[in-house]
Amino acid sequence: MAEHSYTSRQELDQYAFHPAVTLLVPVAAVLLQAVLPRLWTRLIILDLPLIVVIFFALSPRSPIAGTVTGTFIGLFQDGLTSLPLGVNGIAKAIVGYIAASLGFAVDADNLVNRVAINFVFCLMQSLLLYLIEHFLVGNADAHLRPLYELLRAVCNTVVAVPIFFMLDTFRHRD
Amino acid sequence: MDSFFSRFKNPLVLVAFVLLQTIALAVQVQNNEVRGNEADGPRVSRLRHLTVMTVTPIERLLHGGNLNVRSVWSNYVDLRHTRQQNRDLQQEVARLRQEQAAFAEDAEQGRRVQALLAFKQQYIASTVAAQVIGTSGSDRSRLVYIDKGSNDGIRPDQPVMTPDGVVGKVRDVFPHTAQLLLINDPTAGAGVILQSTRIRGILRGDASGKVLINNLTADSRIKPGEQVITSGGDGVFPRGLPVGVITAIAPDPEHQPYTAITIKPAADLARLEEVLVVTGTQSTLPALAQQDADSALATASAKRAADLAAERLPSIHDDDAPVAPGAVAPAATPDGKPPLPIVPRPQPTLHPDKYTPGTTPSAEDLTPGAPKAGAPVKAPEAAKPKGEPQP
Repeated sequence: MAEHSYTSRQELDQYAFHPAVTLLVPVAAVLLQAVLPRLWTRLIILDLPLIVVIFFALSPRSPIAGTVTGTFIGLFQDGLTSLPLGVNGIAKAIVGYIAASLGFAVDADNLVNRVAINFVFCLMQSLLLYLIEHFLVGNADAHLRPLYELLRAVCNTVVAVPIFFMLDTFRHRD
Repeated sequence: MDSFFSRFKNPLVLVAFVLLQTIALAVQVQNNEVRGNEADGPRVSRLRHLTVMTVTPIERLLHGGNLNVRSVWSNYVDLRHTRQQNRDLQQEVARLRQEQAAFAEDAEQGRRVQALLAFKQQYIASTVAAQVIGTSGSDRSRLVYIDKGSNDGIRPDQPVMTPDGVVGKVRDVFPHTAQLLLINDPTAGAGVILQSTRIRGILRGDASGKVLINNLTADSRIKPGEQVITSGGDGVFPRGLPVGVITAIAPDPEHQPYTAITIKPAADLARLEEVLVVTGTQSTLPALAQQDADSALATASAKRAADLAAERLPSIHDDDAPVAPGAVAPAATPDGKPPLPIVPRPQPTLHPDKYTPGTTPSAEDLTPGAPKAGAPVKAPEAAKPKGEPQP
């Protein structure tokens, strides 16, 4: 009988996904993000691609994978908007990197940790998007609306928890 | 050196990705400034095309499925209200015809004045109806996707509207789909006029999705409730399309001394289903609209003639009508009965001729084309305009 021997937390909790899942889940997230506000306008407050970036960054615990995943999902999201390509790409690359780095330190399968991680990263992304729009794009009318961003973070966290549990079913140990 | 890269492999990858995207972002922003519009360059456009082509076929499928479910619902359930709705609509059409007749004369006068001033009015000549199939999925970018593209004659910068009012303009066009930039997007803009005060302004969206005019200084004539229409000065939207109603006027702290005039869009931008893309304009009134205008003008003329005749003729008294306060009631007859209404009667004829009532034989006794026995044959008289008094 084969015996697994783990020498670090990274090895202990590192998961992998089937390539189809890695490809289809981000596409589905961006697609749902585009379609859901047609059904109910207020659903525009959600950011499903961000939730997927955080999940895929936490599970393999590889900052490079987190950065690459964040970049591609962000650029894909930018492609559907009127924003210059790279606004979401930069923000999600940074979020993916930090989420993956954080995955070494905390237990990402713990519910409380998942809630805290999603809430904090959602706020972080709002701040990054504001900084990018204001300073890199040069949009002087870009504003940070603290209350709205808090509400967005709460809503995304509420939605992220069941999505994380659903996506857990697709992962397997390396 | 090797150990440096292996040690800082992760942050170096992040820096490389962020740096590359920052450079790409800077190039895009600079190109947009050089071109002076928000349109993408060819490379960025190709990347967007790839993304849109991945997402919109699925959006179209989902939208089709959604439409089927809704059509079943409307066929089986909503059809119950069709008869009442039809009656209501007929009444509304009748009311609108009356209104149109009232406005037709003013419009005709306006057109004559415009012709005198050599003013080039643009009328909507052709439109393409399109369904909204998806959104950008971001509240930082207010745009939607429609199911018509360049294959249907859609081109960038064409105005888009609903029967209620202006919606936005076409931003980017793909073969089977197009991006529609809503007027509440921060990058959108339109030239507008306040309808009653005729003050011109520039409309734009803000980050929270509101529609504002923020290039006007404080003016006591501008009041909430005033209608806002397109001015036609932006070269995109034809003149006179309804945009919305002013809901609030407040000083703009970030753009002093200007005011922030908030507008409630006439079209419901949050629930767009079908839109009309204006694919062509012309300087003359379209044929169908001209027919409508002519018929309305004829109705207005007939109504005016009827009003004039009614003013000149003795009025008919309505016995059931309430007596106006202060009016003197007619005196009763000696036998106590109310007085009979005065009916005008013609004066007796002094010199009767063939036109005198009662002298013309019945139509049954006449033979078409047969000259009257013993009557001299006369040369035909010149045709008289209908209604002209006979000598």
